[in-house]
Amino acid sequence: MANQIEVPELTGFSALRFLWRQLTSMKTALVLLLLLGVASVPGSLIPQRSQNPMAVREYFSNNATLAQWMDRLSLFDVYGSPWFSAIYILLFISLIGCVLPRSFEHFKAARALPPLTPKNLDRMEFHSRFAGRGDELAQGKVYLKKHRFRIREFEGAISAEKGFLRESGNLFFHLALILILIGVSLGALFGMKGEAIVNVGERFSNTPTTYDSLTFGKLFSDGSLTPFSLQIDNFEAKYDLVTNAPQDYTLTVTATDKPGDTPVKRIIKVNSPLSFGSTNVYLQANGYSPVVTVRDKKGAIVLQGPIPFLPQDGNLTSIGAIKVPDSTPQLGFVSSFLPTAARDAIKGGISSFPEALDPKLLFSVWQGDLGLDRGIPQSVYRIDTSLMKQIGLDSLKVGETFTFTEGSITFDGFVPWVNLQVVRDPGKNYALFGAIVAILGLLASLFTRRRRIWIRANSDGSIEVAGLAKNAAPGLEREITEIVEYLQKERR
Amino acid sequence: MTHSSWAYLSNYLIYSSMAVYTLAFFAHAYETAWAVRAPESQTPEGNLLTKTLDYTRTEKVARIATAFMILGFVLLFAGVIARGVSAGRVPWGNMYEFSITGALAFCGAYLAALRKYDLRWLGLLVSIAVLLTLGTAITVLYRPSAPLVPALKSTWLVIHVSAAIISGGVFLLANTIAAAYLYLDSMQAKGERKAWAKRLPSLEVLDQLSYRLVAFVFPLWTFAVVAGAIWAEHAWGRYWGWDPKETWAFITWVAYAAYLHARVTVGWRGRKAAWLCLFAGSTFLFNYVYVNVWGTGKHTYSGL
Ligand code: HEM
Repeated sequence: MANQIEVPELTGFSALRFLWRQLTSMKTALVLLLLLGVASVPGSLIPQRSQNPMAVREYFSNNATLAQWMDRLSLFDVYGSPWFSAIYILLFISLIGCVLPRSFEHFKAARALPPLTPKNLDRMEFHSRFAGRGDELAQGKVYLKKHRFRIREFEGAISAEKGFLRESGNLFFHLALILILIGVSLGALFGMKGEAIVNVGERFSNTPTTYDSLTFGKLFSDGSLTPFSLQIDNFEAKYDLVTNAPQDYTLTVTATDKPGDTPVKRIIKVNSPLSFGSTNVYLQANGYSPVVTVRDKKGAIVLQGPIPFLPQDGNLTSIGAIKVPDSTPQLGFVSSFLPTAARDAIKGGISSFPEALDPKLLFSVWQGDLGLDRGIPQSVYRIDTSLMKQIGLDSLKVGETFTFTEGSITFDGFVPWVNLQVVRDPGKNYALFGAIVAILGLLASLFTRRRRIWIRANSDGSIEVAGLAKNAAPGLEREITEIVEYLQKERR
Repeated sequence: MTHSSWAYLSNYLIYSSMAVYTLAFFAHAYETAWAVRAPESQTPEGNLLTKTLDYTRTEKVARIATAFMILGFVLLFAGVIARGVSAGRVPWGNMYEFSITGALAFCGAYLAALRKYDLRWLGLLVSIAVLLTLGTAITVLYRPSAPLVPALKSTWLVIHVSAAIISGGVFLLANTIAAAYLYLDSMQAKGERKAWAKRLPSLEVLDQLSYRLVAFVFPLWTFAVVAGAIWAEHAWGRYWGWDPKETWAFITWVAYAAYLHARVTVGWRGRKAAWLCLFAGSTFLFNYVYVNVWGTGKHTYSGL
């Protein structure tokens, strides 16, 4: 066929170049941006493992086949999924490919002079012609200089331009987006996040084994953990007496930056973490650990100490498991701790206030096999009683002891525990800096008007003033009128 | 005064402002209606089909309507302040408080825009929207005044939430104008504007206005999201966690960025742009209503 459209042969280098052009076109970038928005929707409607693992488990138990399919599509880990990552990595590349060349061009153009005055000024958006007196060009120059236009004079005409900041701001905004993405990636690759429940009075040192849960970025190594340690001295919670809502939490610790340093007293609050370089320690949650002593039939101590219980409601009604694997047969106490004991007709024993005003320990005693050796991970807050039998039931106040056939349990008291979250994010300052530059760039770009203004003295003595605004920026008409008035003003 | 008497005063002020907004609504409605029925004798050249509207006789009513809008704003403002005093903090702790402050911001955006543009006609829609918001707030969302939970105790609450609420007010104003654009556009497509709509600005003006409003607050919304991230970093140990609230704030941001791009770089105008504007605004509303009420996550401060 003669009139065939010429299709470039897509081999090797030219194919790559074609792909690169497509990828870095603004249309692609916009589509990717919108796609990123759309792709983030499912994660806000379907529970995510990273935020709400319980709800995900519920999904699996309600409809296992569907949940498995959803899991294959990473619908429970949307924001870490291959397809989500693919979109933002492509956007990242597209932005770089599209913004960097533009930046070079722009900063080259920034040094250039405004273009020459065109022949037909009356074709411009705004145009005015009036009879001159002779000093208009000089006066025009004064005016334009005063208003910080960049000026080019040529053969009886002035061309002036202003508002370069618009493009500069715009480019800085887009470059800053790249910086934010770099900051986010650095955090994901070199960051770490861990949580640990620590009783008041105990010590926390920043080593992998002290954590209850710990996740590392892909390129983080154990050795990079900052070697600080904390002695948990005191935890104070204040509650509203009417609504029971928490008002204030204060955690007092003695911090040692690294082994050998002098310890310093520090305070951690909900909105003010403790920092060790780029590692921050946050106060995340709190609860109670009842302190108990369990003795066997002969009176020998088989278990002693505080055991963290898990809060179930705003009044810190807590459940927990006291497991005694070292006695024969093994013992287990399925327990609840009520900081301020009360009775509810349906739920039974509950707490009516989060502070420990009238603490009580409720439990049933079980004897048999705790099932700890079966290799299936167990919750520390629950006991699998399928191989056990119940041999007792009681509730104790502080200091009281309950004796049963196999021994006794004493409720010695309680200490608060706190959940510390330790986060290291080496990329966050880049992201913050990027965000600040992005906002400044946006302001510069959205509130700067780019426009060109020409003044020409014609050979017939008439003066022409004309203007052109990029992107139909408003206010140019007024500006032109102002210049015309300025030029026509009587001067002594 | 005790805390509860401040709370009582706040409720009283908010009921009063609702009464005043009702008056403003009727004044605006009356103004529009009266201008249309301008007698033919006053406009000798006008024919029956193209009634020329006579604003001289409605000017007084219109001024009264605007005065009511301002008075309502002042009462609402005082009500919001009194609510804050009663709780001993900024009045942004639950959804009732977000709603009354949001209504205040919306009304404030209207009054601020009124100084610069001839937007009086929009008072009818604004007064209705404010009435509906306040009505829902005080009947469905109302919660007794109480102190903040520790996570909300931060200077960033003031910075982040005020930026978000102001952006929201202006986004919704832009949405109202975009909706008016679409309505008038389809009315004009069928022929001439109906008499009552004649005094509304031309389609071009509406189109420009909703764009300007969005371009004006987009940086503020960006700032609100960034301030939220900074606060999240202080409170929760991560600046971005794809919590539903954060996700939808991001979606709103992306949607408005797409809107700005569509206008500035692709040259969208008119209906397409107005629909995109409405879409972006609805992601904001969705975030406010759905995520606050039914959503899960860390941002569940609605108190419902
Ligand atoms: C390859 C990618 C992109 C290119 C080539 C690009 C290009 C542009 C251009 C040419 C403008 C108009 C500047 C002007 O004339 O004033 C602009 C504005 C803008 N862009 Fe982008 N952009 C890209 C990606 C993005 C992304 C990812 C965002 C993030 C949300 C974004 C947000 C904005 C905003 C908010 C404006 C301001 C609109 C205005 O000036 O009214 N852009 N962009």
